[in-house]
Amino acid sequence: MSVTEMFSNIQVFLCADQDIREDIRKVVQTLEQTAREILTVLQSVHQPSGFKEIPSKCLRARELFCIIRDHIGDLKTKFPVEQYYRFHEHWRFVLQRVTFLAAFVVYLESESLVTREEVAQILGIEVDREKGFHLDVEDYLAGVLIMASELSRLAVNSVTAGDYSRPLRISNFINELDSGFRLLNLKNDPLRKRYDGLKYDVKKIEEVVYDLSIRGLTKEQEAVTDK
Amino acid sequence: MNAKDGGSRKRKQDSAQSQKTEGHESDDISSCPLISAFKTFQLELDTKHDKYERLVKISRDITIESKRTIFLLHRVTSVPSTEELLTESEVKLDGVRQKIRQVAEELRGEDLYQFHRAFTLGIQEYVEAVSFQHFIKHRSLISLEEVNCRLVFLNGDKSEEKGIPSEKQGPQALTFQVTPTDYLLGVADLTGELMRMCISSVGNGDIDTPFQVGQFLRQIHDGFSYIGNTGPYEVSKKLHTLKQSLGKVEDACYTLRVRGSEMPKHMLADVFSSRAALLDPEDGVA
Repeated sequence: MSVTEMFSNIQVFLCADQDIREDIRKVVQTLEQTAREILTVLQSVHQPSGFKEIPSKCLRARELFCIIRDHIGDLKTKFPVEQYYRFHEHWRFVLQRVTFLAAFVVYLESESLVTREEVAQILGIEVDREKGFHLDVEDYLAGVLIMASELSRLAVNSVTAGDYSRPLRISNFINELDSGFRLLNLKNDPLRKRYDGLKYDVKKIEEVVYDLSIRGLTKEQEAVTDK
Repeated sequence: MNAKDGGSRKRKQDSAQSQKTEGHESDDISSCPLISAFKTFQLELDTKHDKYERLVKISRDITIESKRTIFLLHRVTSVPSTEELLTESEVKLDGVRQKIRQVAEELRGEDLYQFHRAFTLGIQEYVEAVSFQHFIKHRSLISLEEVNCRLVFLNGDKSEEKGIPSEKQGPQALTFQVTPTDYLLGVADLTGELMRMCISSVGNGDIDTPFQVGQFLRQIHDGFSYIGNTGPYEVSKKLHTLKQSLGKVEDACYTLRVRGSEMPKHMLADVFSSRAALLDPEDGVA
């Protein structure tokens, strides 16, 4: 085979590769758009009035997740399924975002940590690599860490809105999360960097809890709940 | 190496266990589903990182062995019989292929691209070595298909140490596919070696090789310009080095032609041995 032939073969390959990337980018853009919409819906829980509306907001977000499922279904058709990691970088960021959103919704609903299986189910994807388009464990963990910083914000705002018991529950939850992450042996990668931020979220929430307890605001709340 | 791996894994488990017992003493945190979920994540991440590290190690070995093969092949210009050198290089390359077999074994059932970064440099170096050998033999460019053909490993041969698991798999062959990008980058590196070979062959009074190399390099250069910017970023970066190499070879051919017409052949060698010394410090980039 001549050198020219060799190179034109490779050129054909590279062009096909670029076309796939182009297609993926388009779908990922719409995915990001919907993710932003969900975020906007959920952001309103930080408003003083938003605390009463949490269930309805979550319902609205759940509806929007249907659109996300459609987008991801579309994305799956754009490339051969066994080449997931070849194009992983294109949707890695947005997948972490939507994982965060799913985790946040589940937390607001049930105050528990979403499992990887649940996220996969909400997004209409798989957990195992063998079964198709899946949720990488690192992306799941990154999404959970984004939620941690969102919760530290929520703790502050719930005090402003007069809900003194929520920060305590968030504090317990984040502490549990922190001890979970401590089990992991992280390499020096983006996930590790993000995990390093978790301690500031923990600190922030502890400060809120401290402020409440020295003013006796937590006891008052406990007394109310005990009755 | 294996013993070490096992040791570190054990340590990790130990620390996990000690944390677990601590948790039990303070309160009931460790029994909750969250912690057990993170235990499985720990296992999954550790398995992945271990595999990555193993691949990096193999890749390093591949790089070193390929580099040695290239050095060996450079002696081809100063040795009367090339046959012996070529067989020796073949033996070395077989060794490299056994290493690549290990990579393929690690990647069995995995996504090639998930760990691509761990071994891409080694593979590029291998492509460079194998294509250099091919050029010396046939004066042509080895194709991607030919490279891949040599990386099909039948289960039976030379796998005594892993005989039992592979036999269970049946007669299925293990293949390793070099990606077009890795191939391209390897070929780009090859041009630097060719430039060195061209210069040193003139130094030894070989008048034909420089022109053959010059023509071949021009073909490759044309091929790369045809791909241009459609390729990945690394390719366009290497294009610059390629241009420099081509310039040096073309200059050498030019001088050969000009001086050759006015000077007896045996004196040309002297002209170029001083010239090669001048050029050498620059090709650290290649």
